Amino acid sequence: MQDFDYIRARNIEEAVGLLAQDGARILSGGTDLIVQLREGRRDACVVVDIKSLPEVNVLDYDLETGLTLGAAVPCGRISSDPTVRAVYPGLVDAASLIGGVQIQGRATLGGNLCNASPAADSAPALIVHGATCVIAGPDGRREVPAEDFCIGPGRNTLGRGEILLSFRIPAPPAHFGAYYLRFIPRNEMDIAVVGAGTSVVLDETLEHFVCARVALGAVAPTPLYVREAGEYLAGKSVTPEEIEAAARIAREAARPITDMRGTTAQRKHLSGVLARRALTEAVARARTGGK
Amino acid sequence: MNAKDKLKTGAADGPATREYTVIGTRPVRPDGVDKVTGRALYGADVHPTGLLYGAVLRSPHAHARIVSIDTREAEALPGVKAVITAADMPEAADEVSDHGETSVNIRYQSWNILARGKVLYHGHAMAAVAATSLHIAQEALKLIRVEYEVLPPVLDVRAAMAADATIILENLRTDELGHKGDRPTNIASHMRHERGDLDAGFAQADVIVEREFTTSMVHQGYIEPQNATALYNPDGQVTIWTSTQGAFGVRSQIEELLHIPVSRIRVIPMEIGGGFGGKNDVYLEPLATLLSKKSGYRPVKLTMSRADVLQATGPTSGSYIRVKMGADKTGRLTAAEAYLAYEAGAFPGSPVESGANGIFNAYRLDNLRVDGYDVLVNKPKTAAYRAPGGSNASFASESVVDELCRKLEMDPIEFRLRNAVKEGDRKVDGPRYPRIGLIETLEAARAHPHYHAPLEGPHRGRGVACAYWGNYGGRSSASGSINRDGTVSLVEGSVDIGGSRAAMAMQLAEVLEVPVTDVKPLVGDTDSVAYTEGTYGSRTTFATGWAVYELGLKLKQRLCERAAELWEIDPEEVSYAAGVFTAGAHRMTLKALAREIDDGRPLMASATVLPETEGPAFAVHIVDVDVDPETGKVQLLRYTAVQDVGTAIHPSYVEGQIQGGAAQGIGWALNEEYVYDAEGHMLNASFLDYRMPTALDLPMIDAVIVEVPNPGHPYGVRGVGEVPIVPPPGALANAIYRALGVRMTVLPMSPGHVLEALWAIED
Amino acid sequence: MSSKVLVRSHINGENIDFLVEPRQSLLEALRDVLGLTGSKEGCNNGNCGACNVILNGVLVNSCLVLAVEADGGKVITIEGIAGPDGLHPLQQAFLQEAALQCGICTPGFIVSAKALLDRNPNPTEDAVRHWLAGNLCRCTGYDKIVRAVLLAAAVMRDEASLDASDDLQAV
Repeated sequence: MQDFDYIRARNIEEAVGLLAQDGARILSGGTDLIVQLREGRRDACVVVDIKSLPEVNVLDYDLETGLTLGAAVPCGRISSDPTVRAVYPGLVDAASLIGGVQIQGRATLGGNLCNASPAADSAPALIVHGATCVIAGPDGRREVPAEDFCIGPGRNTLGRGEILLSFRIPAPPAHFGAYYLRFIPRNEMDIAVVGAGTSVVLDETLEHFVCARVALGAVAPTPLYVREAGEYLAGKSVTPEEIEAAARIAREAARPITDMRGTTAQRKHLSGVLARRALTEAVARARTGGK
Repeated sequence: MNAKDKLKTGAADGPATREYTVIGTRPVRPDGVDKVTGRALYGADVHPTGLLYGAVLRSPHAHARIVSIDTREAEALPGVKAVITAADMPEAADEVSDHGETSVNIRYQSWNILARGKVLYHGHAMAAVAATSLHIAQEALKLIRVEYEVLPPVLDVRAAMAADATIILENLRTDELGHKGDRPTNIASHMRHERGDLDAGFAQADVIVEREFTTSMVHQGYIEPQNATALYNPDGQVTIWTSTQGAFGVRSQIEELLHIPVSRIRVIPMEIGGGFGGKNDVYLEPLATLLSKKSGYRPVKLTMSRADVLQATGPTSGSYIRVKMGADKTGRLTAAEAYLAYEAGAFPGSPVESGANGIFNAYRLDNLRVDGYDVLVNKPKTAAYRAPGGSNASFASESVVDELCRKLEMDPIEFRLRNAVKEGDRKVDGPRYPRIGLIETLEAARAHPHYHAPLEGPHRGRGVACAYWGNYGGRSSASGSINRDGTVSLVEGSVDIGGSRAAMAMQLAEVLEVPVTDVKPLVGDTDSVAYTEGTYGSRTTFATGWAVYELGLKLKQRLCERAAELWEIDPEEVSYAAGVFTAGAHRMTLKALAREIDDGRPLMASATVLPETEGPAFAVHIVDVDVDPETGKVQLLRYTAVQDVGTAIHPSYVEGQIQGGAAQGIGWALNEEYVYDAEGHMLNASFLDYRMPTALDLPMIDAVIVEVPNPGHPYGVRGVGEVPIVPPPGALANAIYRALGVRMTVLPMSPGHVLEALWAIED
Repeated sequence: MSSKVLVRSHINGENIDFLVEPRQSLLEALRDVLGLTGSKEGCNNGNCGACNVILNGVLVNSCLVLAVEADGGKVITIEGIAGPDGLHPLQQAFLQEAALQCGICTPGFIVSAKALLDRNPNPTEDAVRHWLAGNLCRCTGYDKIVRAVLLAAAVMRDEASLDASDDLQAV
């Protein structure tokens, strides 16, 4: 591995300053960065360890404002947190799918999103939960919706010196359900061939959609928010036919490539299958109070 | 002593039906505590004083001429102690060397170890560096300037066979049924087995099935990457610590490749983290040896990364196989024909011969023809992998057999029983079988509750396949001495790759009629035990076990002699049973005798055997699957593996071999494959994307032991390690057919391939 | 080259200070600097689990941790699993169930399984398989490993006992 310096940042301001240098890299969980440095896929002169800073470790839920989730909170902490488990099931689905348990002990949702893989499991889940990314940088703070955070394979919206601090995720309304699932050839440890996140809000009768969100992974250069699929469902009856129609919209929106993990045809097909399954499961959760 | 005499010696006791006291029990393995506490020393764990770390430069191209290599900048990097290229390798002889499971032309092997003139696959070693730290060695690699002239790669076995294919090795000529060809080619050899009248056989058939199959390259996937540490001393003595299946094999390869006399080479086989056939051929040992000499006689350690292992060490062949079989209405096979083309990788030597020998060996056939082709492609040189060439061949033949069963509406086990080989029947390649246990194995499978359990659900199916493997004998040695407390120290030449120390200790304990805990086994290095072939070919418990048996007889004889001396009688008057020597009124336990005769004279013996009576093994696997027709994903619901093991010395480790072999076969069947781009770059050289089964992908694997003792072994042992990898692809293909109605003809039967097959029948 | 950094850690019950380069992984430091070679390198990118250790109570791949990150941290490796009175029940169960063949993955499996039983003393077979999915074994097909973990869990709950044979007592 190339030579670099290691600095444990004492506060966000120091980290932002350090990151303004050429070749500075943020280290949080390290499960992507260390592999990339070892394999020469990224360079670093200095590695800035931010994971002990309080702002990126917050996990705070408020009925009014929702969840503030530090970008460096490890997946294992997210999926074992009782509040997150009860209120944000789609996040838990994703956090418990990223790698095996030993990866989840270190890997973070923030890092997973910053790595900007189109197949990142965190991205569809964050998008359907309506997450906003809170970013600190040399020019102060700014916020970006999760669906706009990635701008290309391996590329995100962060500018020089910027750090993803946390996610703000609204408190879900009544009769809300969310679900994330992915298709992989094995039962664990693979990268998604296709991932699908969904969230739904049902009316009092639990028979109609109030609104819905659908997002797909690994079918476009970035995680793909399929706004039209959710808009289609608003006001519709909860029937297999309507879910299928929304899934078809998701499938049409997918524009995957062929690579070693799957072909265009397979991914296109799976987009529809997974969107349908994820919507069906989200509805089930909405009807059973999120369980 | 020749092998036939050996057999007589061994068989005189009459294998099998005896009652054993140690054999068949399940003691804790002697090396167990070291392996559960992290103390066991594997190859990468050695750390001699003054150690340097090495790294290997590998080709980014699949096929390219090396125009120039400039290592000056790398040599100048502080911390770098030596850089070597093919120019540092001695000229290798153009002759074939036997590596046990495979044979290799030494010149090709040398070329494979460090590229000469051309690189022939992505990852082909080009140069190596030794430095004071691994990181410096890796940085130095980036400073080696190589100019390549990139050539078009040949990546598919059938494309490689085409008349106008790009030629990989300019001097290669086909060995066409024993005659050398006269034009450049990628086909290294064409072999054939033939008997009876094929046309007449097919004319007798009421049903005939013919299918084509393709399979991908797959890797052994041992968890411990290759590694080697070498010390070249100024007096010309070389010590090599390495992870190998056979220390003596490493010694002779170093002799052949580097022209160092065997007397100056000591190879110390460290604990080995898996091999499955892939750790017989050397890759790093010659480089570490040369680097050690060039860096001023300092020890040098080389370890492969996982990507190196996948890109550059022996996978087994991808293949194209065509099978045609016919049967009459009674379910009797009338004729069988097969065409097998195996990817050898960049140099000749695929396992097509063992695939071709084995493809129909479970069946009695009067009319058959099998053609096998060994074909070069710009991929890594293949190495042995557990039952080399067997699984892909069996996938083809067992799929076709299954279709015959469907057409005849016959139970698949009943069909196989009607055609099963037994003692006296002939193998594909001619020889007649000794006593074998295929019929007993099929009957045990048919009687197993799994075969009768209900299997409900819309996309579920049960598949069956049976398989043959020949196994191997080979030379083995052991020596031992009696300690003053009556325990026995055993030194054996076989590397313990899966618990064989226990099997050796148990066989010696059985002969000497002592508790197994009284035998202390040790795996020797090349200077501490006589020549022993590697741990391959399912031979260790069979052949080294036999050496240990002979050793036990000799020790017993020596003890009788010493007792006779003590009692001042003839040795013939002394008898031994259950740990006690007796002669008339004399009576003394082994432990007392050992104490009594502890007069400074050693009580030692050694034995070497070369048995050729390894008994073939047969296995029948049953699998239930659930297939998701929307994703093509196959989930295993239940798996049963029935196998004739001869005699199970340590049943737990026999079960372990069966379970592990089945798991590898399942991985091969469902997800494992080498993925290349059009330029010949391997795309999935990691455990992330080379998808071996995880604990969550497999059910419990019910290993059912059938014991039909091998008449060619004193304790009836048959090799057990290889055959269990053979049936899974066929069994799974047959289960998927019953689940979905789709006949899979490609490995892996990954979700994408299953979906494509489903779409093809929908269209 | 960056100068070496002093790392002060608590490893297997002892305070240990050592020097590393920032680019060295915890796995490298354990094996090459501290001589704790029980943690194995199988893939060096977090996909095989042979290097697993428990860092500050959390199961991690030590190949994906920089050694400098362990400064002030507490590390348990395979060498720290057995107690002063002998083997841990997991280690005994692995031996009794013949849950290893070549043994290279065994340290990682035992460390992972310990982390599992620390938080879930009564796992189901599926929970064991799920937890161990990040540990690859190529020899056993996992059958005997899963049985060994379930047996050790039962022993630790006093619901089963290990075979009282001489061999294990000798252990």
